[in-house]
Amino acid sequence: MSETVEKIEIACLVNGEWRSARVYPLARLLDVIRGEMRLTGTKEGCGEGECGACALLMNGAIVNSCLVPAAEADGAEIHTIEGVASGDQLSAVQSAFLECGGAQCGICTPGMVIAAAALLARHPHPGDAEIREGLAGNLCRCTGYQKIFTSVVRACESGREKSPGNR
Amino acid sequence: MEEKYIGHSVERKEGREKVTGRARYVDDLAFPDMVHGVTVRSSVARGRILGIRYGDGIPWNEFTIVTAKDIPGANEIALILHDQPCLASEFINHPEEPVVLLAHPDKYLLEEARRAVRIDVEAMPAVFTIEDSLAKGTIVWGEDNVLKAYHVDKGDVDSAWAAADVIVEGEYRTGAQEQLYIENQGMIAVANPTDGVTVWGSLQCPYYVHKALMPLFGLPAEKIRVIQAETGGGFGGKEEYPSMIAAHAALLAWKSGKRVKIVYDRAEDMVATTKRHPSRTRHRTGVTRDGKLVAMDIDLAIDGGAYATLSAVVLSRATIHSAGPYVCPNVRIRSQAVATNAPPHGAFRGFGAPQSVFAIERHLDQVARAVNLTPEELRRRNFLRKDQTTATGQIIHEDVNFSGLLDRAFKESDYHAKRARFEKENPGATVKRGIGFSSFMHGAGFTGSGEVYLASVVEVEATAEGCVRVLAASTEIGQGANTIFSQIAADALGISYDRIDVAQPDTGAVPNSGPTVASRTSMVVGNLVEKAALNLKNTLVESGLLCDACTEDEFVRACKRYIETRGTLRARAKYEPPPGLHWDDTTYSGDAYGTYAWAVYVAEVAVDTVTYEARVSDFVAVQEIGKVIHPVLAAGQIEGGVAQAIGMSLYENVVWREGRMANGQMTNYIMPTAADIPPIRVFFEEQPYPFGPHGAKGIGELPMDGPAPAILNAIENATGISLREIPATPEVLMEAMAEKAGALV
Ligand code: FES
Ligand code: FES
Repeated sequence: MSETVEKIEIACLVNGEWRSARVYPLARLLDVIRGEMRLTGTKEGCGEGECGACALLMNGAIVNSCLVPAAEADGAEIHTIEGVASGDQLSAVQSAFLECGGAQCGICTPGMVIAAAALLARHPHPGDAEIREGLAGNLCRCTGYQKIFTSVVRACESGREKSPGNR
Repeated sequence: MEEKYIGHSVERKEGREKVTGRARYVDDLAFPDMVHGVTVRSSVARGRILGIRYGDGIPWNEFTIVTAKDIPGANEIALILHDQPCLASEFINHPEEPVVLLAHPDKYLLEEARRAVRIDVEAMPAVFTIEDSLAKGTIVWGEDNVLKAYHVDKGDVDSAWAAADVIVEGEYRTGAQEQLYIENQGMIAVANPTDGVTVWGSLQCPYYVHKALMPLFGLPAEKIRVIQAETGGGFGGKEEYPSMIAAHAALLAWKSGKRVKIVYDRAEDMVATTKRHPSRTRHRTGVTRDGKLVAMDIDLAIDGGAYATLSAVVLSRATIHSAGPYVCPNVRIRSQAVATNAPPHGAFRGFGAPQSVFAIERHLDQVARAVNLTPEELRRRNFLRKDQTTATGQIIHEDVNFSGLLDRAFKESDYHAKRARFEKENPGATVKRGIGFSSFMHGAGFTGSGEVYLASVVEVEATAEGCVRVLAASTEIGQGANTIFSQIAADALGISYDRIDVAQPDTGAVPNSGPTVASRTSMVVGNLVEKAALNLKNTLVESGLLCDACTEDEFVRACKRYIETRGTLRARAKYEPPPGLHWDDTTYSGDAYGTYAWAVYVAEVAVDTVTYEARVSDFVAVQEIGKVIHPVLAAGQIEGGVAQAIGMSLYENVVWREGRMANGQMTNYIMPTAADIPPIRVFFEEQPYPFGPHGAKGIGELPMDGPAPAILNAIENATGISLREIPATPEVLMEAMAEKAGALV
């Protein structure tokens, strides 16, 4: 039972800042980020690795944080949606989503923005198939994906993905 | 009035909050004294509750436990009827019926506690299909299992058969579909006898929740407050069920004295909340040799699940849309919503129309074949035109041009050339390609006299700084209501878009502009926003502070002067029906809707005869929707609806086991991904509707109606297989292909 398991202390570099939390080792990274660290931009859609709403970057790789045990994130460098814009300056992906209608209800958007930025880091000029493939792990029920594809194309046209959150 | 913002794709009001992750959804809200709540449900479909046992090993004294006994008022979720309990006390009518509520600060312990509660039930015979319900062998609701029935009669069908050269019959079925908004449902409540009840949540209709909480707590209207948090999609799924969750959270809060949050996980959301009504439609159609419809006899049934909820209204829309946009002198429609022991089915974008449009549009392709006409030629000979009447006898006053929509859709999709090419290339190919279409309409706003009963109100209020706030209960659920209202108000007042904001829907602060459903928000409520804004301006003009053609600066100064000298500057507008609308509820005839959106959709498919997978490879959506207020948002509505409808057509299969959804996970209930959706090409025709803001009609639900029949018509074109049910999963296709191969041997 949960009471008998000891909590552990973990520390991660979150959006450039060291943060620590006392958590159960098997707590989901998603809950730690949203709960203990109060970064609620990362969302939960399914809790089983299917929807990508909980996507964030861990040590440079995109992960579904609902599948990552907190203990595994100890010492990791993490980028969440909160770190993507610098102040009021939106990233190219965020601006493109705003301009092109890539966000409707917005619940998939943080994960989508992270996935799109990760895609552009791998393929600075992705073709249609690469965009579809690159975003296939992120479900959106509102947009039918068309405006998200347009947003990605617009973002790479404007081509200024520089901030660390967008690698 | 100058259209500076209307017709332009301005930045979405809450867009920045959404792309930066700052938007706050219900699960993002946390309060220091907050505890969590969960629901313990029945596990049998129907029976009598014998007792509740609380298992060992759980510190039960730390928990708040609520059962039906703890309800201060009436044990019901008030909606249309009062048959659905908030918590089952004696009888169980479906396998996800809530019985016990638990609250505790520790989520993990709470989950263990939920599993430790045993509800002993003496099982009773249950009903799981439309057929069994109609057979009435076991009565599970009322006297005859019938939640609602309608009769529509136009002309005289019985004597019209004689005039028909050919009679074509067919039966069509659609399955349940889960709304699958990506944000699961959730509510936070505080409640006590002194202050009353306040809830925050993910919801479409604040005043529905408000209405449900009053009798439950026996409290007056002013003691109940419902506030919408940012909402991560609804599609109808957050129309009625949020009342249930709000009630549960509020009961736990009432008993514990604490703030209580209930957020469903995906599995609970999928199995327990409402889904699209499964349907079965039978058509019997008489047609002359030259393709004129002379009689349509339609028998329609939908599965409402265990309680009445919204089934009567869903059935109404299904009924009215079941004869399609065609003119036929003799039409008989018999429709019924029947009860089964599944969780109640509910609102889902389209609201009954996708089911009946699927049936008529599949059926007409069969009728066309029977009289040796192409599907388009048969439709062209029967399309509804100006001054002709629909099945309910509504005279169409608009200049509907279906042939024009069809021409455009065929041109954009290259329909004829593709049809010819596929016919040549398909023989011998393992992947067969096909193209098909559907033509359809969707009535905007509430049915019949619904809008009159709603009597919606919108207010606007100006500040001394010359900013204007729109006050309405209509919710932003992703469709862009905040943006559209702001565009409309800005143009009405002649001031900049940035000066407008839309209040957070809060029953303590905004008037009741009606529910956010039925494609009514832009058309009906948007019109009220415009009128209220014009009234506000008029107040300034009449007080001598403003001339009619003012600049923005003059407006700002006038607001300041007005507020300094006279106080609050507020104006309102109340719904008035367009002149000349008549609807008769007893005969179910007349003007069913103020207007309709009209559309022709073309789908192209590729069917793999080895894997039995069908894919949509191209999609063209042409529609006439009055004025397009925001081109990007409007296209986004169509694209999103088409994608959901592609899911409904090919992938999304609810597997039922004794009234319970057996595949309540995203891993085994498959919605389309970015890799499954073809290019969706959207085209608008604009013919302004005089009673919508700047001529706009409703569009939100329209795109859900047309894709399924277009896709299945395309599959028939590709393979020669005429499927009569959706979803057309690989299993269904495999069986149909095997049958066809068998028949050929
Ligand atoms: S919540 Fe993690 S993938 Fe859906
Ligand atoms: S915008 Fe709503 S789920 Fe993607």
